[in-house]
Amino acid sequence: MKKLSPNEKLDVREVLRDLDRYRPRRRGWTWRRRIPGQRVGPFVLDDTSAPLENSVPLPAAHAFGDIDPQCDFVVTTEIASGRFEDDLRRMRMAAWHGADHIMVIRTAGQSHFDGLIEGTPEGVSGIPITRKQVRATRKALDAIEDEVGRPINFHSYVSGLAGPEMAVLFAEEGVNGAHQDPQYNVLYRNINMHRSFVDAAEAKRIMADADMLQIDGAHNANATAKQAWKVVPELFVQHAVNSAFSVAVGMPREQVALSTVPPTAPPAPKLRLDLPYAVALRELFAGYRFRAQQNTRYVESDTTEATVTHVLDTLISRLTSADIQSTITPDEGRNVPWHYNNIAGVNTARQTLMGLDGLMDLVELRREGALPERVRELTERAVLFLEEIAETGGYFDAAHAGHFVDSGYYPERRGDGIARDPEGGIGSGSVWRREPDYGAPVCSHFGQNVYAGGDRKACDAYGGCTLCDPSGIRFVDEVDAEDNVSRRLEEAEARRERGRIRPEVEKSGDGVVCVTLMVPEEPLLAEAAALAMVEQMGLRDPEVISRRLLHPAEGSVFEVKGVLPHAVERDALARPTRETPLSDEEIEAWVRSRELHVVAATVGEDEHSVGVREILDIKHGGIERYGFRCHYLGTSVPLSRVLDAARETGAVAVLVSTVITHKDVHRHNMERLAEMAVERGARDRLLLIAGGTQVTDDMAKGCGLDAGFGRGTTGRDVGSFIVRALRSSAED
Amino acid sequence: MGCPERTDDFEARRAHLRDLSDEALRARFWTLVDRIVAPLVEEARTHTTPAIERSVLLRMGLSSAEAGALVTKLAERGLLGHGAGRLLLELARRRERSVREVAVALLEGRHWEELPG
Repeated sequence: MKKLSPNEKLDVREVLRDLDRYRPRRRGWTWRRRIPGQRVGPFVLDDTSAPLENSVPLPAAHAFGDIDPQCDFVVTTEIASGRFEDDLRRMRMAAWHGADHIMVIRTAGQSHFDGLIEGTPEGVSGIPITRKQVRATRKALDAIEDEVGRPINFHSYVSGLAGPEMAVLFAEEGVNGAHQDPQYNVLYRNINMHRSFVDAAEAKRIMADADMLQIDGAHNANATAKQAWKVVPELFVQHAVNSAFSVAVGMPREQVALSTVPPTAPPAPKLRLDLPYAVALRELFAGYRFRAQQNTRYVESDTTEATVTHVLDTLISRLTSADIQSTITPDEGRNVPWHYNNIAGVNTARQTLMGLDGLMDLVELRREGALPERVRELTERAVLFLEEIAETGGYFDAAHAGHFVDSGYYPERRGDGIARDPEGGIGSGSVWRREPDYGAPVCSHFGQNVYAGGDRKACDAYGGCTLCDPSGIRFVDEVDAEDNVSRRLEEAEARRERGRIRPEVEKSGDGVVCVTLMVPEEPLLAEAAALAMVEQMGLRDPEVISRRLLHPAEGSVFEVKGVLPHAVERDALARPTRETPLSDEEIEAWVRSRELHVVAATVGEDEHSVGVREILDIKHGGIERYGFRCHYLGTSVPLSRVLDAARETGAVAVLVSTVITHKDVHRHNMERLAEMAVERGARDRLLLIAGGTQVTDDMAKGCGLDAGFGRGTTGRDVGSFIVRALRSSAED
Repeated sequence: MGCPERTDDFEARRAHLRDLSDEALRARFWTLVDRIVAPLVEEARTHTTPAIERSVLLRMGLSSAEAGALVTKLAERGLLGHGAGRLLLELARRRERSVREVAVALLEGRHWEELPG
């Protein structure tokens, strides 16, 4: 596949081309490597890893030289639109924001499918995991990781009724990590427990040999339990059963990651409850890996609230430890995650972890008092839980009796646990005792096997299994002439062909937009009004996805999604042109030889000085460094004084900063400056330039000035403009 | 139906744990876990499932559809306990054919009389 260019869209057709011959270029999981004391721009950072070659820095980075330090945890985003071809574009965007663990959610119902699915059918809240989709995704991720300059871990699920086959598929196709936990089958999918554990041993053996990272399923208990913080003693048990089982079938501890979620959210006293649990877990499971996930149990429709909870979750990761920081999109509580919310989730982790860099050099967790006492208590409760399982007769009998996901704080019981019959569930009766002559002539097989144990590999007899010789893999392309990626792409391609652009949140050209409205009425009336207003805007199928009361009588704020029924024509759009500024050397060469004066001030009743000083000051990279003689008059300066100073100094340019926009005062200042310069007969010999956070070039020109500069402007931009303007008037 | 309801009797229950060191408590945790997991591992070592057998056939070069169909037929004849892969390999050896060739033949209904049972 050809190298991706940052200015070109990912070509899904190219991803699909020659897929039958594509082979993954590496196997196994890749961690980030911490580089202590790394210099990044003006800072020395402690908890960072190698930088990216291409990325979108955090918004505030422009104030620090556009640095984009990368934390030392692997960062996860979970992607699931139902169409893998649309997910690929989202993966690329997420990678540019720092995600290097892409978890692909399966379509609803796949865990109950007894076998593999093939082709590229569309899914619901996830994609059907098939060989073609997995292979295409790995191929696209190979190109994306080259673009960003960091390996990307691809991850999905080895659970359900087809775990061992899924594990083979993943090992063959270079998938780097997977969820595997038989307890998930038993408790949440009602799959027969004998079947689940027997299958799991084989699947884990395959994953172990493929160097895949395994993530367990204990976090689901948090999401299921009525009061998530009370299920904590059981979480230790679930983690332990899967971890010990994994090690017993041959998986090294460092390939076993515990999926752990801080169970609560404010207004619960989150750190008081969640931190002792996090500490106890890391003490009890030393040597294993930790995949720290953010809370979903208490995430509802308010994305700001979700984000704050996720920041606190990430703080707990830094206070204890994590190998992976997974992220939950802030909109997960209200819809299948949208593109930009995956990015928002990744950025919550990235921003928080960079802000916490070096935290543990500053603080330490207390070794006496409430924290260790709570750690001890939680560990004792977990031991008591295990004792009762053993007394009941073992894991199967305990699951039968309903020990798990009870909402009591163990040893308290509420009697509402999930009880499963060991002889029941989906796939019951499908476990076979191996005969004495049982054999499986393949690698990565667990258990009794007449082909195992010799000097030769079990698969030598017929030229090697697919894990040794991938040329034996049977690639199946499509099985449905209509429900496949080629058909779906045709629509998007036709739209692009016709030059039409539609907004999108999830699937190509879905047209979905979200409108925020504050309606100053009581909640029920306000909601009806919000929907009616969105309909009047012309959006179809409006639906309130978030409602928040501001005051029972004064109003509520709503987010309403709807479908924009129109597209815009690419060719009819005026594309703003952006001129490349002159080089520093060229600006300086022109300015130094000429002794040019410039007058600058913040005008009107406006005390903002930071922006204009950055444009002027030599220490901020301002235009002084080119040799301009700058006269800065200060803040709240009357326009007349600016023009007086220009006359007195013989200035070639006037720079006014106007930040306040109340009642359009910034426009008024610009218009007045132009008029006064004309009145004084000074307009022709002065360049009039305005700057401010809300100023644009078009706006300034519309007010009669020569140029306007907004947010993100540098001294070089302004210096370049002045030199070009003076040069061209000199030529005239 | 879950467990009978019970109030939090932690203080009474923990009496025998109270005097254990933290290290001894953690050791007890893992000893109990290993005891609970051991029979699960033993069952996995000595049993198989259709999914395991399909995964073996995939590794031997069959497609997912072929593996699925063949394992279903073997299960119907009560043969899975010998291992689908072993049945296939031994048949291929006897007939001096490739594994793939005998798999296709079985799917076409041939050679079944040569399998054990």
